Amino acid sequence: MAKVLVVTSGKGGVGKTTSTAALGAALAQAGKNVVVVDFDVGLRNLDLVMGAERRVVFDLINVVQGDAKLAQALIRDKRVESLYLLPASQTRDKDALTPEGTARVVAELRERFDWVICDSPAGIERGATMAMYHADVAVVVTNPEVSSVRDSDRIIGLLDSKTAKAEKSERIEKHLLLTRYDPLRAAKGEMLKTEDVLEILSIPLLGIIPNSEEVLRASNLGSPVTLAAPASAPARAYSDAARRLMGESVDMVVPADKKGLISKLFGRKVA
Amino acid sequence: MNLFSLFSRSNNSAPIARDRLQILLAHERAFSGHPDLVATLQKEILAVIVKHVAVDREKVQVKLDRGAAVSTLEIDIEMPASALVADKPAKAAPGP
Repeated sequence: MAKVLVVTSGKGGVGKTTSTAALGAALAQAGKNVVVVDFDVGLRNLDLVMGAERRVVFDLINVVQGDAKLAQALIRDKRVESLYLLPASQTRDKDALTPEGTARVVAELRERFDWVICDSPAGIERGATMAMYHADVAVVVTNPEVSSVRDSDRIIGLLDSKTAKAEKSERIEKHLLLTRYDPLRAAKGEMLKTEDVLEILSIPLLGIIPNSEEVLRASNLGSPVTLAAPASAPARAYSDAARRLMGESVDMVVPADKKGLISKLFGRKVA
Repeated sequence: MNLFSLFSRSNNSAPIARDRLQILLAHERAFSGHPDLVATLQKEILAVIVKHVAVDREKVQVKLDRGAAVSTLEIDIEMPASALVADKPAKAAPGP
């Protein structure tokens, strides 16, 4: 049965789009039919991170308003066969994303795909509430940093009250994805530890994504990090998270990038 | 991972990012007054074809590739045999 997953956070810049692309690609590589949907109307970016920006013709709003068929707006990934992108509109106003139209499109996506991954915009406005409304599963992306944790708490509150599941008094599955994590700094007490964040937010942990230069490199190249550098630490962490989403039990570790001799020597000194 | 890739890998991605952005933003700025150009073109081209041939809207594929110098717009319209030979019904092909 299809699962609709929202990647959300409240706060901007914590890694929602990166995580959407990386998890989507990892699930698709595991053989699932996956669509990643950009709900950031007016400020689309998932197309850039996926490397499909040159091929966008129609978008979510075109489909919501009936100007294009869903099949016309879906962009197939050039690297992974079972991965598709539904881009956001760049220009129209946010009100174009109507509840009825969104419901129709999500229902149609459920029929075609195993996983519908909705990349939420930052904030708690319409785009964010529309992105989460139909979700069965929520991934709350959080940085180990005070304002991000606070905003995540707000979002968890909204997930428990403003979603279709919540309105039917059903439980929406929520997971914490801790991103930009630096194990060294956490160990030295300079950064919130995983346990701290988990204790405050009290939702189950989906994965810990270590801070890594590979993430920037992947977005420069327009490729999900799980495809651009599959052996890198963040990619392995995202792949583990994707396996957990599919119901596998995978030991929770924070992968580290394998470093060359030189960076090891220099790395030690600055650390 | 060898030493060469250690130094070159991350250094090579920024120029790619710059090129991608330059192409994308050139297009977005050029078409900012006409964001739905492709949709309009598709609609009008389709309207002309529908005058002569019955076309299933589900069978229309529009592909766009924005390039630095040239962009290509591909409109792929599947025309069923039944739509083309509307006035002379197709006969079953005789066996060899």
